[in-house]
Formats: sequence, structure tokens, C-alpha cells
Amino acid sequence: MTSPLEQKKIKITQPSVVTANRTWDGAVIYRTAAGEWSIDLSEAAVVRAADEARALLSESAADDLGAVGAYIAPVEIGEGGAIAPGNLRETIRATGVTIGLPVQEPARV
Amino acid sequence: MYAYDEIDRTLINERVSEFRDQVKRRLSGELTEDEFKMLRLQNGVYLQLHAYMFRVAIPYGTLSSKQLRRLAHVARRYDRGYGHFTTRQNIQFNWIKLAELPDALADLAEVGIHAMQTSGNNTRNVTSDQWAGVVPGEIEDPRIWSEVLRQYTTLHPEFSFLPRKFKFAITAHPHDRAAIKIHDIGLRLHKNEQGETGFEVMVGGGLGRTPFIAKTIRPFVHGRDLLSYVEAIMRVYNSYGRRDNIYKARIKILVHELGVEKFAQEVEEEWQQIRDGSLRLDDETIEDIRSRFSYPTYEKLPHMPDELRKAAHDPLFERWRRNAVFPHKATGYAIVTISLKPVGGPPGDATADQMDALADLADKYSFGEIRVGHEQNLALPHVARRDLPALWKALETIGLATPNVNLVSDIIACPGLDYCSLANARSIPIAQELTRRFANHDTANLIGRLHINISGCINACGHHHVGHIGILGVEKNGEEFYQITIGGRADEKAELGVLIGPAVPYNDVADVIEDIVEAYLALRANPDELFVDTVKRLGVEPFRERVYATR
Repeated sequence: MTSPLEQKKIKITQPSVVTANRTWDGAVIYRTAAGEWSIDLSEAAVVRAADEARALLSESAADDLGAVGAYIAPVEIGEGGAIAPGNLRETIRATGVTIGLPVQEPARV
Repeated sequence: MYAYDEIDRTLINERVSEFRDQVKRRLSGELTEDEFKMLRLQNGVYLQLHAYMFRVAIPYGTLSSKQLRRLAHVARRYDRGYGHFTTRQNIQFNWIKLAELPDALADLAEVGIHAMQTSGNNTRNVTSDQWAGVVPGEIEDPRIWSEVLRQYTTLHPEFSFLPRKFKFAITAHPHDRAAIKIHDIGLRLHKNEQGETGFEVMVGGGLGRTPFIAKTIRPFVHGRDLLSYVEAIMRVYNSYGRRDNIYKARIKILVHELGVEKFAQEVEEEWQQIRDGSLRLDDETIEDIRSRFSYPTYEKLPHMPDELRKAAHDPLFERWRRNAVFPHKATGYAIVTISLKPVGGPPGDATADQMDALADLADKYSFGEIRVGHEQNLALPHVARRDLPALWKALETIGLATPNVNLVSDIIACPGLDYCSLANARSIPIAQELTRRFANHDTANLIGRLHINISGCINACGHHHVGHIGILGVEKNGEEFYQITIGGRADEKAELGVLIGPAVPYNDVADVIEDIVEAYLALRANPDELFVDTVKRLGVEPFRERVYATR
């Protein structure tokens, strides 16, 4: 999974979303069509063309207070329009680590 | 233990206040992320896949029970109930909220712990032998010199904005447990022909994208000249080190490109100008630092107490004792390594409950002291041999008595793609599967000493280049693949491993490692020949044939 930090050019070869980490706690967030952030991938705005992606990224990156490190991430669109992460890295970001955590208790809120 | 003085306490507390203000300004929008990033990095705060990661310094791997309890508190109060001990004797918390970080830092400061210089382009935590001060055959306690360097480098203005990060490691024992040859500066304490104590100075070691074993640029530098010589090295690096290309910025590249002779000459010329100046260490300064280390008052105890004689009839105890208990300089005492590599567990992780329990055991059995090793295990450095049976039972109850120290399942692994924003592939699940494959301790003992190191990307936090077997995660067309090297080692005979062939997919890694181990068992000259020595004798070809013949 090539880290987005190593990406030199952004290519849009499949449906994509803009994702980042929330500034105050680092949680994974996605840019919505309403110009807000959501922790739920299903609420993300999906873009399919480079121009759209650039515009969404530009708008997202402008929110320096709310989010850190916005970038374009691939997704897959399933039946009924369900949005799923497009690679393992994004799957891990969306659904958590692939291992059991040493302490099996819910995260402290 | 080293007791901080008023200067240290003030420094740490001031840093908490500064960082609290910086976080407040970031969260109010007064600071942009670009402005804030360097400030948070200087306090050990990274942004990873799921959350902020907070790296806390454990200078030269020494912790008090009080400090370990406070780390447990931070894990429980601000994180998800566990911490991850790293290959540089630090601890990382993976789920910290930025808004709560100043409080976590303040809680740690109360017990003399900080996160200064655990990231960023400065001199990082000075690491050392986790058995420092207690292992037989040591020249002297290397932590005294580690502390000299810590004081000298902390917030040093000239070295706070280096071309790249910079790491020191020190050992004072013939057997190198601190992996000094893969550090920017490796220091080996020894005595010269006149019986004076000083350092062999090695420079330019490092792993990552371009791995190098450090080269000796001066076989002996007197202890009084340590700081001036180190400063000369740093000045040469600061002057010539590349800032235009992050991949060529480490001192190892400079040493390689200049050539070791030319680099040494540059350092020598610089040193001659400053060696008799203010950096020359006088005996009083060294003694002052030495005096701030406290050592236990050992009892006169028998080497083979009745408790130990009796427990020797228990094969499970004996298996653990033979694996995890090591000689101590004081008769009747032992060093006990605590494996953080349970079968199926993430290497180097400890829960808050385990940390608390271990702190209690340290108070009861080890004069309140704990050590952290770069192999991602802990140690109790002063255990009376009569207490070993009771300690073992207590460790069993908290899941910290896995008898696999230095064996095939004692795996070093970075957090990998499960946590890290730089990673290309997962490390921890590979390690977990391998520990399950080699869960039989009798088999592991038959195999003998074998270090498997796993990194999830070329940055090599899992030290894969110097694993007897190294595993490097790479990405191929969106899939996880792993390159396998063999023959690496990180000790006094440090070498880089050799690639055995094309990368293998995620699902094949454990099978490949089993093939390599089976090949070793068939090829070794005798049961005492270690894996790494068999590779040295035969080269990689027999292993390559075994792995790729059917793939």
C-alpha cells in the first residue's frame, strides 16, 4: 500500500473520496458533499474525475483547523451505492487494525 | 537509577507549559498545521493512520517502578490500555488525542519523564545496554556516559535542526546488546594499553533505505574528550550534511560519500580546534553525574539457595530459568529478561495492568528498577536468585513468563501498516503467525538462538536488515509482499543480511520462514552452530534453493 505521503502525483483511476485526520483527536474523517467532515465513510462525497477530486481536495485542505493531512483515497462502490475502502490501507483506516488489540475493551470516549 | 536535579525538573516542567500553549494555539486556529508540525514532533507527537501517536523517552532504557506505573496510567487514562516498547528503548502510545496530550505530558513530568527529542531532526534518545551496571565483564556503567551525552545534547541549539535525525548508542561490554554499529554514532567503552577508559568511536551506521554498518574513525577517545570529539563530528555533519534530499541527509551518506578516511580527517581537524576548550570534561563533572546514579545495596547471598534448588525439580520453571535468567555481577543475584513476545501477541506491547503488576514485582524483587531493551523486551536487573521461583509464578499470572528470549519467536517488529502512516505492509500479523508456528518451546530450543526482525517499510524501524532472518514488507500492485534476507546481525559482529530471492506474498511468509528454519536444521554442522553461523559458513544459496525450488 503506497503511503499517500509518498505519492508524487494524484491519479484518479477509480471512484475516490477525500480523507484526513481530525485535528483535535486524530480520528479518521471523510469530506462530505455538504462541505463538512464525517467519521462515517458512507457519508463521504465520491468523486470520479480528476478535476472534481482536485476541487474537493482543495476545499478540504482549506479547513486547516478541522482536519490534518487531507488526501484523495480510492474507494469501491458496491450495490446500492455502498462505499467501501479501495485498498488495504484505507480499509485499516476505516475499520481499524487487523489484529486483536492487547486490551479488549471499548475505546475511551 | 539517575536522580534528576532542579535544572532537569525545571526543563521538563517548562516544556509541558510550552506545549500546552502550543496545543491551545493549534486548536484555536492561531497556529496552522504547517507551523505546529515541527513543534509537536519535538514533543514526540506523530500523526498515524488512526490517531496521534505519542513517543515517550526512556533514557538508556532505565525506568523506576514509579515511572512504569505512570506509563500505565497514561495508557489507561489517555490511550486504550496498552503501550508499545520500541527498538530504541522508548514507549509509544497509539491512540492519544491531541487535546489531551498536554495533560498526559504533565502527568509524566511529575515522575521525570518527557518526550523531548523522540522525533524530529535532532539528537534522539541516547540508548545503551539494558544490562548496564549489572552485567559481569563490563568496563563500567555506560549509562554515566549516556547521561553525559543526554545533558549535552538536550535542546542543544546547534543540534536541534540537523539535516536529519541523529542517534547515539553506547555499550561497555564485549558483547554488544545496544546495536551500536547501526547508529549514527556508536560508542564502545574500553580501556587502552595504559589502562585509561575511553571510547572506540564508530560513525555512519544506520538502516533504512540505505543501510550501512558504522565505521571506526578513532579507536580510542579518552572519556574527558568525549564531548569535544562528538561535537567535532556533529559540526562536520552540520556543515556538510545534505539538506536538499531527505534520502541522502543522514550522516551515513556523508561518511560514505566523503570516504571514512576523509571524514575522520575532517573531524580530527575540527577536534584539534576545540578539544582543550570548554567541552573538556573534568573529573568533578563526571563524578557529579556518577554520584546521581543510585545502586542497590546487595546482600551477601548464596549462588544456589535452597529455594532455587527445590524449584529446579519443576521442568516448567527450569525451562523459563534457563531461557530468561542471566548472570549478574553480584553473587546470589540475577538479571531476568521479561519477554514481551507471547505466542500470538503483538511484539513489544504491554498492557497497563501488566505494567502496574511488573512495577509491583520490581519493587518486591528488583529494588524498584526496570530496564527496556532494544529487542522490545523488559528486564528486572537486580533479582535475588532465591526469589526466582516466586517471581516466575508471579510473571506467569500476568502473562509475562514466555520462555522464548532470543529464540525464533522473540521477534522484533515495527507497528507496520496496522498503525503506521509510512508503512507499505503489515508487520504484526506476520509476527503473530510466526509465533504460532514456533509456539512449541522444545522446538524453539532445538532451533536455538535465531532473531527474526520485521519491518513494514524500507524505513526499517523493525531492524530487518540486521535480523538473522529479516522480513521487509513491500507493495506490489496494491498487494502486500515481503522480501526475505538472512545472515544479518546487530551485535559486535554486525552485518547486513543478504536477500535470498524475489519477494513472497503475505500468505506465504510463514511457510517460507519454516522452510528456511528446516533447511538450517538439516545443514548445521552441529546443534551448537547457530543459524547465523550456518549462513556465514554456507552462504545464502542452500536456503535460496530450499525456498524457491517449489515456488
